Amino acid sequence: GVHGLKTQHSISFLQFLLLTADIISTVEFNQSGELLATGDKGGRVVIFQQEQESKNKLQCRGEYNVYSTFQSHEPEFDYLKSLEIEEKINKIRWLPQKNAAHFLLSTNDKTIKLWKISERDKRPEGYNLKEEDGRYRDPNTVTTLRVPVFRPMDLMVEASPRRVFANAHTYHINSISVNSDCETYLSADDLRVNLWHLEITDRSFNIVDIKPANMEDLTEVITAAEFHPNQCNTFVYSSSKGTIRLCDMRAAALCDSHAKLFEEPEDPNNRSFFSEIISSISDVKFSHSGRYMMTRDYLSVKIWDLNMESRPVETYQVHEYLRSKLCSLYENDCIFDKFECCWNGNDSVVMTGSYNNFFRMFDRGYQQDMTLEASRENSKLRSVLKPRKVSTGGKRKKDEISVDSLDFNKKILHTAWHPLDNIIAVATTNNLYIFQDKLN
Amino acid sequence: MEVNIEARRILAVSISKLYASRTQRGGLRLHRSLLLSLVMRSARDIYHSSRESEGPNGAQSAPEEPMDTSSSPGEQTRLPEPQPEPQPVLNSTETAPEEPDNTEDGCDSEIIEDKENLSPAKQSRKRRGKASAAPDFLPSKRARLEPGEERYEVPLCSCRAGESLTTLSLNRVIPAF
Repeated sequence: GVHGLKTQHSISFLQFLLLTADIISTVEFNQSGELLATGDKGGRVVIFQQEQESKNKLQCRGEYNVYSTFQSHEPEFDYLKSLEIEEKINKIRWLPQKNAAHFLLSTNDKTIKLWKISERDKRPEGYNLKEEDGRYRDPNTVTTLRVPVFRPMDLMVEASPRRVFANAHTYHINSISVNSDCETYLSADDLRVNLWHLEITDRSFNIVDIKPANMEDLTEVITAAEFHPNQCNTFVYSSSKGTIRLCDMRAAALCDSHAKLFEEPEDPNNRSFFSEIISSISDVKFSHSGRYMMTRDYLSVKIWDLNMESRPVETYQVHEYLRSKLCSLYENDCIFDKFECCWNGNDSVVMTGSYNNFFRMFDRGYQQDMTLEASRENSKLRSVLKPRKVSTGGKRKKDEISVDSLDFNKKILHTAWHPLDNIIAVATTNNLYIFQDKLN
Repeated sequence: MEVNIEARRILAVSISKLYASRTQRGGLRLHRSLLLSLVMRSARDIYHSSRESEGPNGAQSAPEEPMDTSSSPGEQTRLPEPQPEPQPVLNSTETAPEEPDNTEDGCDSEIIEDKENLSPAKQSRKRRGKASAAPDFLPSKRARLEPGEERYEVPLCSCRAGESLTTLSLNRVIPAF
């Protein structure tokens, strides 16, 4: 079962996966948690599969091994605009499983693709007109007929592109989200949200358009969008101004006017040159229950009750000690980093990344938070992770790290939580770490 | 004055980021450009208002908003003295940094600051005024010389610093796609 983070629980290291080539750009478990997909800056998708648990290893869940690797997107060139289109995978979303094959959507800045991942463990043998190596036999040599049969072969996992959804986005795609109806999905760029049918690639419906008539009047962009987990007519999109709009597709074809607007008034004491940047929402995620949603801005994580638009019900500071460093973080570009966030299976704990390869967990029920580090030093199997602390006051205690010695090149932007178990996947720049809850 | 220096530095950093983003792989990012322009606008407003208050009232300055939220000066990140900014390669010495444009953008452009087709009124407005040095926080805009070429001295910017910031049309900073 899934447990909250109590004081006696500890996070132990399960597995360290080295992903050599490129910077990891997205991490996503499928609905059963058996598969874990990663996308990278080079356009590759690597899927890991959890081993079936061995009867002997009661304390340890199955490890994740590479299941399939494929090139999802290639760099393209838009000749009309003289622009290169990056092959970096921005998001991967799994479709709920309907049959033996697995389906996922992967997207770069401009094109979404539906991939089918299927296993092949048998092949037909005994053709009449073909040799085993595929060469055609001389029909004159065929004297008897036989029925070809399937014979087992080494497991092969194949990924094939089933649909390509292209040419629907002028701006850069930041989100995709599969609808609970399992037939449609949305894709969002800076100014528009489009609705697609999974079977139809040559048409999409524009459901949100915030492009002003005059681009000089532009004041905000869409930063993330997601469908409600249960209500197929409801979705939300977040903005660079720190607002979230909830829309009901039954109300109108074009959902420009929101059904609900979630916005917290700004604290005037915190006003600075960079107030607008740090209030920009980088991720929005519904809780599994659908009652809440979580947003991530530069310094905090906020939990919103869908029934209350005026302010979040919970706010967690991820790294408040950075507030006085915003100017330096602006200069080194870190202030533009887009951190994601995620819920655990029963919505009792939320997690997000930070710098220095730290990641943070907030237990909503016990009102506790923890800072952990994904690093090679912690990589002994089943070693328990030691909570970390950043010293913010004058005197630095032993084992604490001062703000100035944080490594801002080591950032954890992408994290994912197994939907049914206490297993988490944490991506540093090039590596994927898997941690589990230590069962006592 | 501290706020003024801070504002100038942020403006300089923002402008070089804006120029750098033009050569970014994947094209200009609308979100990033918007955020840069918002910071530049805040910095410009602070800079401009502090210069105004400096003029008639001498040293009196009232920044509209505090820049930093740190409670004690000791915690505040001290910025180093402004270093010479990296020199972006520009085609013309008279390019004013206050109107960065994106001439390489394609057909979907709605606001292109087209240098070649500037109306004469606009162009002459730029050339008028005191031939003073460029504001010291702006990157030095010297055209890259071919080997063998010689440089001849031309005032880098013919506008007074104050004017140039007032005319900075930050809305134009948002690139058109």
